[in-house]
Amino acid sequence: MDPNLITSTQAAVDPVFMFIFGACLLLLVGITGAMVWFVIRYHRSRAPQPTSQNDGNVWLEIAWTLLPTLLVLAMFYYGWAGYLALRNVPKGALEVTATARMWSWNFTYANGRSSSKLYVPAGKPVKVNLVATDVLHGFYLPAFRVKRDLVPGMTNYAWFVATKPGSYDLFCSQYCGTGHSAMITTVEALPSAEFTAWLNKEGSGGEHPGKELLEKQGCLGCHSLDGSPKVGPTFKGIWGRSVTVLTGGRERTLTVDEPYLRRSILEPKADLVKGYPPVMPASPLKDEELKSIIDFLKSGGAPSLKRDGAGLEIK
Amino acid sequence: MNPSDNLHPASGSFWNDTGKSGISSWIFSTDHKRIGLLYFWSVLSFFLVAVVLGLLLRIELMAPGRTIMGPETYNALFTVHGAVMVFLFIIPGFPGAFGNLVMPIQIGARDVSFPRLNLFSWWLYMIGAAVIIIALFTGGGPPDTGWTFYVPFSARTGTNVSVAVFGVFIVGFSSIVTGVNFVTTIHRLRAPGMSWDRLPLFVWSLYATAWVQILATPILGITLVLIIAERVLGVGLFDPMKGGDPVMYQHLFWIYSHPAVYIMILPAMGVISEIIPVFSRKPVFGYKMIAFSSIAIAAAGSLVWGHHMFTSGISDRAILIFSFLTFVVAIPSAIKVFNWVSTLYRGSISLEAPMLYALSFILLFSIGGLTGLILGAAATDIHVHDTHFVVGHFHYVIFGGSGFALFGAMHYWLPKFYGRKYAEKPALIAWALLFVGFNITYFSMMVLGMKGMPRRYYDYLPEFAPLNLVSTMGSWILAVGLVLMLVNLIRGLRSGEPVGNNPWGGATLEWTIPSPPPTENFSEEPVVTHGPYDFSKAGKP
Repeated sequence: MDPNLITSTQAAVDPVFMFIFGACLLLLVGITGAMVWFVIRYHRSRAPQPTSQNDGNVWLEIAWTLLPTLLVLAMFYYGWAGYLALRNVPKGALEVTATARMWSWNFTYANGRSSSKLYVPAGKPVKVNLVATDVLHGFYLPAFRVKRDLVPGMTNYAWFVATKPGSYDLFCSQYCGTGHSAMITTVEALPSAEFTAWLNKEGSGGEHPGKELLEKQGCLGCHSLDGSPKVGPTFKGIWGRSVTVLTGGRERTLTVDEPYLRRSILEPKADLVKGYPPVMPASPLKDEELKSIIDFLKSGGAPSLKRDGAGLEIK
Repeated sequence: MNPSDNLHPASGSFWNDTGKSGISSWIFSTDHKRIGLLYFWSVLSFFLVAVVLGLLLRIELMAPGRTIMGPETYNALFTVHGAVMVFLFIIPGFPGAFGNLVMPIQIGARDVSFPRLNLFSWWLYMIGAAVIIIALFTGGGPPDTGWTFYVPFSARTGTNVSVAVFGVFIVGFSSIVTGVNFVTTIHRLRAPGMSWDRLPLFVWSLYATAWVQILATPILGITLVLIIAERVLGVGLFDPMKGGDPVMYQHLFWIYSHPAVYIMILPAMGVISEIIPVFSRKPVFGYKMIAFSSIAIAAAGSLVWGHHMFTSGISDRAILIFSFLTFVVAIPSAIKVFNWVSTLYRGSISLEAPMLYALSFILLFSIGGLTGLILGAAATDIHVHDTHFVVGHFHYVIFGGSGFALFGAMHYWLPKFYGRKYAEKPALIAWALLFVGFNITYFSMMVLGMKGMPRRYYDYLPEFAPLNLVSTMGSWILAVGLVLMLVNLIRGLRSGEPVGNNPWGGATLEWTIPSPPPTENFSEEPVVTHGPYDFSKAGKP
């Protein structure tokens, strides 16, 4: 298959699905049909004694060895050709780096812009370089039939093209622990001009720098801003909240203030909020970054614009 | 009639002809039939535990969001469900239980070559199982890694991975020991006249399986030791920060665990090759091709592990080779299916419970095998890899295939060892419930996977909700069928109708001796004069 003729990854893969499913369905109907027919026709009530003691036929064996061989070789070839289309990135593709961590996505663009959703221009091929920071993750776009693991210490890649503007699911497909199923976001395919405008916008459009940090550090994968429960406690209204924590196995109740927040970011296992798993990694942030985040949380963790795109809400 | 007479209709059988008494007459017995039953009831117990875990998983997935448990519990449950089903149920299930019960009799032997080693293998199995159980309730709690124990997650998680993995390591040795014992027994202890071309196909399948057990299991053992070394000593073999490679772990794991699938399915194919000719009263079609294809599957199946890793980042050339070899393995499986169906042609078919399980095996295994082609082709595998499609496919092969074959074997052979038989009508109802419930449960999963729902998902988007609900309801039908089947079977074995030597009209050697068999199996060494499916020369039922 000439890679230049491939218009999209789904157009390369779907015909292979049709071919294999079609051939398999024919085989299955044939096998099952013959089996059911023999069982009815030669049921002991109709055939009290077997009418044959035939125990083999060389020509039949040769036939049903050779024919499946040819069929599976055809399946192998089409499967391979379709796979090559997934590996050959069209020239001029936009490059984005996807960084996966437990349990959030971050996408960075050539100009340094970063986002928790994968914004792409519709109609233009996108090459995604895949980087994992902790354990294995999987970059899976069902709509585009694209999947590739993110492996620590190794850069993989995948490519796709969103032929139409729209929002498409992006799942983590490789099991990665407590928040695995919450590690989902979307591909946002924008018309070309809109995408360029988004890409060149300074910052995130007047967002609080503390919120940008939370997003970039992947905090919002587990801590919601709108009060919905996730893997960790929500940030909504966190300042001044009274929490019950386990400190060295002993329960105590305290009020969320600056020293508590600092400790929780730098040494998350020191005070574990009761009812939540001890899974948060330590984030060695600079002092001004901590100040910025705490300043944002002081403001009550104001609800974000829309869905934060960093995780599925657990109701 | 006192209760013990009721339990064992034939006096002088292996049930009461023993020097020891009580529990020690079982757990220290070297009789292959007693060891076979020890294995049978042990694997069945673990199966039922894992079934309950599976049902809980399905209830959790019945609706999006939290239903009955949190994500940590869910992750631990699917790990324990998978590990118990694979390592404690289906891998030891056929060789340990029915291989031990039936194989020595089918070749005309009094026992296996190394009876004490045989007992030792059951003990290793139970010790390994005990260690796994201890791992669930100590340390950081049950492992939450999935039964595949992928690094780096398995090297980092705080759950009790090291102890659980050590338990699996011990169970692995029990499998190796059984393999060595069976290869030796089949080579050395065949009765006069039992030439290789008169060997029952179940024995052929166990022979192929035994070689896989011997050659592949040590690699699992090494891999599991490496996980422990990684966790305890931090050697860094799989840690990129120390120059290691997480993908190397996947190679090592699947070099064993793909062939392990053939440990699960080959003996099941052997069971089907026994049941179909007997209930058709016709010699099996293409005996040599079926026997040869078992060996071919065992050999070629050892070279296809890379198809579990098409998305992992292995080279495109490796994918080319592994995809090709995967399609090669499909051919001997197809040959078996065609030969089974041809055996039915112009036979005299009786649809009793063992035959219903055998026929449904052909359909369910075919669906499992054909969906395997989707997973073998490189392009299509990428979309469905790590989704519920794989979960559905795997259950079609291992539950619809091996599981249904095991149920068939239970109805077919247990009456031989208990001397009593289940009631036919409830057995047929149970089969129908299992068949319907099975397809509802697992077909829904395959559709979910095609739609893009990843596996090992605690929670899912609303678009996946309807089919998840359907799948969960299917699992309840499956559960009812399973309970009915077991109750009927156990009642039959305890107090059902007594059976004679040959209730089904089989032509293999186990049907020439009393039910239950005497301790020494044969009063004098049999001389084999005809093939295993030559019904014209076998005693009429």
